[in-house]
Amino acid sequence: MAQEITTNQLRKWLLAYAARIIENEDHLTELDTAIGDADHGVNMRRGMGKLQERLRDEGHSEDVSAFLRSVAMTLISGVGGAAGPLYGTFFLRAATSPTNGSSVDLEQLTQMFRYGLDGLQQRGKAQADDKTMIDTIQPAVEAMEAALAAHQSAAVVLAAARQAALLGMKRTIEIEARKGRASYLGPHSIGHQDPGATSAYFLFETAAEVFTSTGAD
Amino acid sequence: MIGLVIVSHSAKLAAGVHELAAQMAGCQVAIGQAGGLSDGGETLGTDASRVLSAIDEVWCEDGVLLLMDLGSAVMSAELALEMLPENRRRNCLLSNAPLVEGAIVAALHASLGEPLQAVNAVAEAALAAPKLDRAG
Repeated sequence: MAQEITTNQLRKWLLAYAARIIENEDHLTELDTAIGDADHGVNMRRGMGKLQERLRDEGHSEDVSAFLRSVAMTLISGVGGAAGPLYGTFFLRAATSPTNGSSVDLEQLTQMFRYGLDGLQQRGKAQADDKTMIDTIQPAVEAMEAALAAHQSAAVVLAAARQAALLGMKRTIEIEARKGRASYLGPHSIGHQDPGATSAYFLFETAAEVFTSTGAD
Repeated sequence: MIGLVIVSHSAKLAAGVHELAAQMAGCQVAIGQAGGLSDGGETLGTDASRVLSAIDEVWCEDGVLLLMDLGSAVMSAELALEMLPENRRRNCLLSNAPLVEGAIVAALHASLGEPLQAVNAVAEAALAAPKLDRAG
């Protein structure tokens, strides 16, 4: 029986994510100054501040789908820049994935990320190797699916996702941007890590931390 | 008569385009604005939920044409359509028209009672209209 992740654990995960982004605001700004318009740190910090307010408010729903939808709405209104509609779409689509009502099992968690990824690709029209957040999220989701198919434990599945996300994020240093503002720089974008891929990495880093430390049945 | 929605990163730009287009159309056309973020438009950016409110504001069964400035304004407009109920989504259209020229042409043709697709077609044709005669 796979471990169940409750809405409250999803809430803890996103609180950890918001805190991690806020800690890394300057880092994200630095990365976006090199190849973008220097607003990713500020935009994400603003959105994460709104998300913290929303998540600390105890009135949130116990239903996973309703919870993810409310996260999406908060990010859509709070983030701005390209990241607002992209992260908004990610969580809005994640909210349409199957759940057990007030929890998800490991397979459903993986599907949740898959739904989010598919939405992102549709919204941003980016493919792998375009130097975007897809380069973090796609390998992470694929690693989760592979580990799940090999009947690995939650800890292994989430560690695999984090590791794949980390490698994907680092790989954006080597590739040329083909989407977003950075694509105007062409080959000059090589040598710089993508800010969106970086903020997306923290989703998997904090998921591995939160779901494996508090997630035992 | 169809409604229009102006989606811009800047609340001031959205208001300015609205002003120009409304004058052209003699104020008969409902034109909604979704400019800037939810802090009253003070911060530059686009917010799909503001786009959604603007669609609601100008809603009419004849349809709503959305005109965007660039980049993430397009993604926010797409996301707003995704959030609409299916029966409304069918009557909304994202225009590929340039924002200023497109909004003026669209307001004018909308005020004549032309249908959604026709208004969009003339607005999009504004892309091809040269501003300067470079010949000779």
